[in-house]
Amino acid sequence: MATTPRPLFARPVTWVWVVAALLTLTFPLYETNPAYQQIGVYTLIFTACATSWNMFSGYSGYVNLGAGVSYGTGAYTLAIIAKHLYPNNEQAGGELFWLILLSGLAAMIVAIPIGMIALRVRRHTFVVITIAIFFTFQLAAINFSFTGGTGGLFLPYIPWSASYFDIPFLYVAMAIVFFAITLSALVRRSRFGLQLLAIRDDEDRALGLGVQVAKVKLTGYVMSAFTIGMCGGLFAMLQGQIYPQFVFDPLFDISIALMCFFGGFGTLVGPIIGAVVLESGQQYLTVQYSNGSLYLILFGALFLFVILFMPQGIVVFVRQKAKQRNDRRIAAAAAVGGAQ
Amino acid sequence: MSAMLEVRNVARAFGGVKALNGVNLAVEKGSITGLIGPNGSGKTTLFNVMTGYVSPDAGTVTFNGKDITAARPNAVFAMGIGRTFQMTRIFSRITVLENMLVATQRPESWLRGLTRSMSSPEELETAMEWLKFVGLDGKSHLEAGSLSYGQRKLLELAYVLVANPDVIMLDEPAGGVNLTLINEIGEKIQALNEQGKTFLVVEHNMEFVMKICHTVTVMHQGRDLCSGPPAEVRSNPAVLDAYLGGGDDDEDEEVPA
Repeated sequence: MATTPRPLFARPVTWVWVVAALLTLTFPLYETNPAYQQIGVYTLIFTACATSWNMFSGYSGYVNLGAGVSYGTGAYTLAIIAKHLYPNNEQAGGELFWLILLSGLAAMIVAIPIGMIALRVRRHTFVVITIAIFFTFQLAAINFSFTGGTGGLFLPYIPWSASYFDIPFLYVAMAIVFFAITLSALVRRSRFGLQLLAIRDDEDRALGLGVQVAKVKLTGYVMSAFTIGMCGGLFAMLQGQIYPQFVFDPLFDISIALMCFFGGFGTLVGPIIGAVVLESGQQYLTVQYSNGSLYLILFGALFLFVILFMPQGIVVFVRQKAKQRNDRRIAAAAAVGGAQ
Repeated sequence: MSAMLEVRNVARAFGGVKALNGVNLAVEKGSITGLIGPNGSGKTTLFNVMTGYVSPDAGTVTFNGKDITAARPNAVFAMGIGRTFQMTRIFSRITVLENMLVATQRPESWLRGLTRSMSSPEELETAMEWLKFVGLDGKSHLEAGSLSYGQRKLLELAYVLVANPDVIMLDEPAGGVNLTLINEIGEKIQALNEQGKTFLVVEHNMEFVMKICHTVTVMHQGRDLCSGPPAEVRSNPAVLDAYLGGGDDDEDEEVPA
């Protein structure tokens, strides 16, 4: 009964990926307005974050509303290290991008103890604990001296012209997105990913089938923190200065979760669609109408629509419709064949 | 003391309720052992204690002479004890085949899962063989949640078997299943037993138990009441009293004149 898979390049979905990748890679060629290029960077950052958030939360069902901890940790790590590397505010350049790896690493290290505590509980309790831990970190960033307190931290100045400035950021962000999507796809195909999915459906049963649930959950959580931490570091560089409430931002936590629910929780493509539609939409509305709240109204309406008509997200909705159509066609063909 | 799996004086209370109150049970290697008893006599709790889901207040569980009383469910499974649940538990949002693959990782360390794909060709083959064994091979690519209740029972049996455990503990394999399927499950259990698998079966369907089990242990109020061959147990007056609610004579007396 199993259908033999078609060759890679005979599948329409392959070409969708190819076209999307080409459009992304050539983005600075057809969009030269720095304001819109910056929207591109933000969209890519959120795509990477949503994808790796989904790689843990979407696959395992553990909805983490404290992903901002990783983001903020990544941002502060980069800012603090840069401050030590350039103590007299010397000008910096592209070499700063390497620090992003340290941002990811720091976010991972921070995620280990948090995961060990928070992952002991499930469902609603887990969500609440991640939120609580998130606000602890925000408070810490406000109150510790090494974070600069409410005054925040300034990063070394990067003397690139306005028309060029965003282009390196675009390509670094693309690399992170590529990494996040590849990792998520590999996890989905691995035994480890299967274990995460089993945990989502029935954790106790998975335990009884030999899945070492505590270790699997922690690994997934820490892996997802790495990419989100790198994005935090990139965001800090892009901004040039960071404040506790902007890198430890509760709206960030909610945004990436909503992006995944919007596009398709637990699917590979869902978070990408969610992030691209919502983040670019939000930024565009903000830039175009210089109204920071307009998007809230539009998004509210959009979410009502999605929750009412496609509660599992766009991707799952489209897949189900396609499958229904396909099934009807097969049934119709069978009926015709039977009549002859 | 040649029993492969042995429970000695296990007690477990939930609040004031003594679910298990000094129960003993021995499962001989290569046998099909039945565990019966009225509702609430502690059968499922005993299963949970034996497989590490519930820790006992007192007593020991040994497997091949090794104390496994404190082992976690994943460790118990890794040692070769597989079980099913009374309320069938499958992974409903992944496919039937993927359900099978979750269990095939029994001999691996958790880190191995990160670096390998979901399945190897051999694992796929074994998984499909077992699916065929329970008659679900045609449904391998369906989401497991779309299976009927009886099919879920069979899937659960199949994915426990795919890990090749030495002892298989079945909690009401015939519960809520139609007669044809019950006979089919019984035949499959007997076929596997002939291949050397040991079974411990909790079941309310007496006919089923009497037909397939070599020995039966009766539980009552958290204790083992008696054990022995099915025919012997069936005629034990204490069992009739506890389990069947009194013999024919008593019933006659209870009927008002």
